[in-house]
Amino acid sequence: MIKVDITGKSYGTTQVLGRIAFQVAAGETVAILGPSGVGKSTLLRIIAGIDKRFDGRVDSPGTMAIVFQEPTLLPWRSALRNITLTHPGLPDADAQAMLDKVGIGDKADLFPGQLSLGQQRRLALARAFAGQPDLLIMDEPFVSLDPATAETMLSLTENLIAEHRPATLFVTHAQAEAERLASRILMLEGSPATLR
Amino acid sequence: MPGRIGVAASSVTGLLILWIIAATLTADPQILPQPFALVGPFWAELQSGELLFHLGHTLLRVIWAFGLAMTLGLALGLAMGRSEGLNRWLDPWLVIFLNLPALVLIVLCYLWIGLTETAAIVAVTLNKVPNVTTVIREGARALSPDLDAMAQVYRMPPLARFRHVVLPQLAPFLAAAARSGVAVIWKIVLVVEFLGRSNGIGFQIHLYFQLFDVGMVLVYAFSFIAVMLAVEWLILQPWERRSRRWRSA
Repeated sequence: MIKVDITGKSYGTTQVLGRIAFQVAAGETVAILGPSGVGKSTLLRIIAGIDKRFDGRVDSPGTMAIVFQEPTLLPWRSALRNITLTHPGLPDADAQAMLDKVGIGDKADLFPGQLSLGQQRRLALARAFAGQPDLLIMDEPFVSLDPATAETMLSLTENLIAEHRPATLFVTHAQAEAERLASRILMLEGSPATLR
Repeated sequence: MPGRIGVAASSVTGLLILWIIAATLTADPQILPQPFALVGPFWAELQSGELLFHLGHTLLRVIWAFGLAMTLGLALGLAMGRSEGLNRWLDPWLVIFLNLPALVLIVLCYLWIGLTETAAIVAVTLNKVPNVTTVIREGARALSPDLDAMAQVYRMPPLARFRHVVLPQLAPFLAAAARSGVAVIWKIVLVVEFLGRSNGIGFQIHLYFQLFDVGMVLVYAFSFIAVMLAVEWLILQPWERRSRRWRSA
């Protein structure tokens, strides 16, 4: 379970985030919805611990996983290594099983550059779930995909979440996506942005 | 590939022909001997073990200085590329050391440390560290912040992060630093040996310079060039190809 209590976040003199407080229970999926540029990604980066310059506090659980807008893979390591390297101690067989689950089991030895964008995103998903994370963070994971691929990814993500049940926090600007995946929707609005 | 080797071979042959013509025109083996006139002295040096003895000493110094310069340069370059504050402090030093003539550093090291092996290797290392640092710093500035964030969220252990996230991104910069490094280092090693060592290629060249034996100077110089070409072709280039494999795949 994660507890977020941010009192403010500024870039220079511009305050982007106001007071934002909420909790996500274990196994719960929460969507953060809001217009682009409102500070959704900033909020996620704070919760993920990437951005430490903010006022307030975030209590997050042990293991975290993240899916960015871009796949953000290691292009110089094979698909399988991309999973085992980010989860030290994970047996190759488990990583392979994860690849099978997202439908790219036969691509284990290929470099990310040899995969299509859709397959790269599947790999990013496989990497996220392979570590059995307590908290999964997704930053617009289905943006800039064609409708068919977006739909496949969406249902794949739905299944994986149902199976692994991490606390999930994801950002989107698509209402339909949010309603489909999330059990609760938070709206981020205004400047500085606050929850409504 | 055969095309490239063919071109390289013809190009070297061209240089050889140029040498033969120049030697014929000079018509004085004291000043420029014919290339084939060097084969005898080369063989004699090889047989007596002299050549290998000095080659070995020089090579050992090159390896030491290269290893030290690359390690220090990598650490400094990474630190300076990642921390703007540190960079502001250390950059003036870097500029000073970059512009300090190799000869001055060598002489100072010999004066301060003494005519020892340590002084020789320190002098060569100090000459090369600033270059490596400059190149690696560029690489460190170009490191992907996204991959950094990814590694951080997944809590990759520091060593794995360095090896699998940072180093592959630095590989082209490391390769550039290594290749220009080897070339510069062995030249400086020769100067160091020339000035204050009693073995090595540089020492032998000093000896034959005093005897005005152009032939032997060329024999020693070419032997070491051959060794460095072998290093380039057998170690550096294959390593670079291997580390670039993912790009062409």
